[in-house]
Amino acid sequence: MADNKRIDHPTGTETVGHEWDGIEELNTPLPRWWLWTFYATVVFAIGYCVVYPTIPTANGAPGGKLNWSSRDELEKTLVARQTELKPIHAALAATDIAALPGKPELMSQAIAGGAAAFKVHCVQCHGSGAVGSKGYPNLNDDDWLWGGDLATLEKTIADGIRQPEHKATRFSQMPAFGRDGILQPAQVDDVTSYVRVLAKQERPSTSSARGGSLYSANCAVCHGPDGTGMRSQGAPNLTDGIWLYGGDRDTIRQTITNSRYGVMPAWNLHLDTVTIRMLAAYVHSLGGGEAAPAPTPAPADATAAAAPAEAANGGG
Amino acid sequence: MAEADPDITDSALGQYQKRKSVFPKAVDGTFRRLKWAIMVVTLTIYYVTPWLRWDRGPYAPDQAVLVDLAHRRFFMFDIEIWPHEFYFVAGLLVMAGIGLFLVTSAVGRAWCGYACPQTVWTDLFQHIERAVDGDRNAAIRLQNAPWGPAKIARRLLKWSIWLAVSMGTGGAWIFYFADAPTLMHDFLHGTAAPVAYMTVFVLTMTTFIFGGFMREQVCIYMCPWPRIQTAMMDEKSLLVTYRHWRGEPRGSLKQAQAKPGAIGDCIDCNQCVAVCPTGIDIREGPQIGCITCALCIDACDTVMAQVGRPRGLIDYVTFEDASKEQEGQPTTPILKTLFRPRTLAYFAIWGGIGLALLFALGNRTRLDISAQHDRNPLFVRMSDGSVRNAYTVKLRNMESRPRTVRVTMEGAPQARMWLGETGSREAAARSFEANLAPDAVTKLRLFVVSPAGDGGRQEFALVVQANDDAAPSDKHELVLERGGE
Repeated sequence: MADNKRIDHPTGTETVGHEWDGIEELNTPLPRWWLWTFYATVVFAIGYCVVYPTIPTANGAPGGKLNWSSRDELEKTLVARQTELKPIHAALAATDIAALPGKPELMSQAIAGGAAAFKVHCVQCHGSGAVGSKGYPNLNDDDWLWGGDLATLEKTIADGIRQPEHKATRFSQMPAFGRDGILQPAQVDDVTSYVRVLAKQERPSTSSARGGSLYSANCAVCHGPDGTGMRSQGAPNLTDGIWLYGGDRDTIRQTITNSRYGVMPAWNLHLDTVTIRMLAAYVHSLGGGEAAPAPTPAPADATAAAAPAEAANGGG
Repeated sequence: MAEADPDITDSALGQYQKRKSVFPKAVDGTFRRLKWAIMVVTLTIYYVTPWLRWDRGPYAPDQAVLVDLAHRRFFMFDIEIWPHEFYFVAGLLVMAGIGLFLVTSAVGRAWCGYACPQTVWTDLFQHIERAVDGDRNAAIRLQNAPWGPAKIARRLLKWSIWLAVSMGTGGAWIFYFADAPTLMHDFLHGTAAPVAYMTVFVLTMTTFIFGGFMREQVCIYMCPWPRIQTAMMDEKSLLVTYRHWRGEPRGSLKQAQAKPGAIGDCIDCNQCVAVCPTGIDIREGPQIGCITCALCIDACDTVMAQVGRPRGLIDYVTFEDASKEQEGQPTTPILKTLFRPRTLAYFAIWGGIGLALLFALGNRTRLDISAQHDRNPLFVRMSDGSVRNAYTVKLRNMESRPRTVRVTMEGAPQARMWLGETGSREAAARSFEANLAPDAVTKLRLFVVSPAGDGGRQEFALVVQANDDAAPSDKHELVLERGGE
């Protein structure tokens, strides 16, 4: 077949001698420079293999005269970024958190840094949108267990919740009213009714009336006579529609019977001051941040402190 | 010409073919002058444009044409394009594409012959070559001469000039991407960005190699456009054609005198081949190497005038007219050829897109609002039972001056809003004011709260209006989620 070479008249080019259903192929020569270009790419490839790590071995792809590696590249990028952030971090370290709102630019940098740190350290419990879940407070709303202003948030994050080995930690403990026999199961039921009346989830009943006097005797010391809670004890407001563990009868009954004991790490053991400050700024920016510390009523009896339902760093 | 002699190309075809150097002869004529004019216009546009100034006030660059990649802005005289308006550029590219269809279907490979940068710079380099080496014959003699001091000197001189032109070409390119005088200063002082030097180097080398050494090889082997153009041409497209029915059989003037009537108009002087910048013989018929620069028409017309024969032995002729002429039929008038349904349709599409772009340009707003609803969480229930939604609002002030705008809510009558950065829930209202930086996007975090018992999901819109002018305001439709209540 390859013997049927002929000169194609319109082009004056020789054919390769093959023919498929009347279609023939011209044996058009490649331009000479194309060949040189090809050799040049070969030379380039050899050079590339010499200066960059190219040949995979069991221990990665070592070598390369330039000692280039993507890890080094990443390292350099990170170091460069850290250098870039240094002045911001220095400014943050030198600024009291309560003064941050007066420096909008530094504040927005702190919020951005906090958002990044939040994604690393906080999302495991509070969720990526900081909405929390059962037992882990939603940080977006305006219900705070320990207070929602910048300074309080910073302290809560730094010292953690219920870390007995950490002196400055936020601490309170609600008695397990049912389990420890302080209240009988029927009484627990009555208190449950009363709490649900406080939260406007139930109409007053004889049960809630009985529960009312039990509440005054046992619960009001921390949760307040009107049920609005006490921040110095991390005692949640029982009158709002926000529940950390749930507002149905069963859950409330369980909470009163066994108590709750939410914890959060003391982050100043793990993170530097600036990161904690940035985290506080970020949490504050989520929408429920408060302007100034709420007035703190003197705790009636700190040892008998009882914080039922909610626990954890700050949100409710 | 279908019976082309096989000998006209390399008979001993190897695997690879060496480039045959082309030394086109200088020529003068109508088309050569047209090429000069187009070369002057295109090169002037290319080199001068970045240096034109255009006052846009204190907040915008004063360069008339600037592709500001760092700040993602494209300035062209009075028009400023933002990244989200890139469809204007896309529209221009579509117009350029259809424009090529139009030109190709009407006048064939006119782009290749006159306006393509490869053609323009090759032409320029060939002029330089002729100035240094002399015209065709002298250049060929020099090429074939053994290397000696004289030849080396000439070559060095020619290459230096080429390199200077190439550097100018590569250098001009970068000025489109930064303030030209500043960049020129930085470039000369060695303080410009590395990418500037690299760009200049790459473009210098490509210009030097493509214009000086590759030339027609680029058109024949590297460029896809000549192959695509074939699909756009038809039997009514103008084509540089050798009227073989008039010229053949070719013979010298002496032969023609000896045998009157037996010899055609072509005196076989080879001038058409001598002037061809791609080194082809147009008398072999249409071919991929022909960029239709029409220099052979000028050369042949000159010769025909000298020997007292009518011009146009080589001329722009359509395929259709070529066969009509051979059969002695009347040919189509040139205007009828140019203004035929196909070209008119291309023109209508081209013009339609152009008008649509102009209309869009005249109607675009220079103040834009867009907002994105937070998805995690979609809504937040507050202590008092109200429901809060959060949005990221982007306000684009596309004018080169600071402006104060008012953003107002439409719909969701019970809802109130405040800005996360500066506002507070206590000061929530139905509208807010924002100060926008010139020619920038201002990003704001917006909270919207609606009281308990306000029903379910609601729709509302944010409307932005500049305080200082009555230009049409922009509006963004949003949803207020309230969950199940």
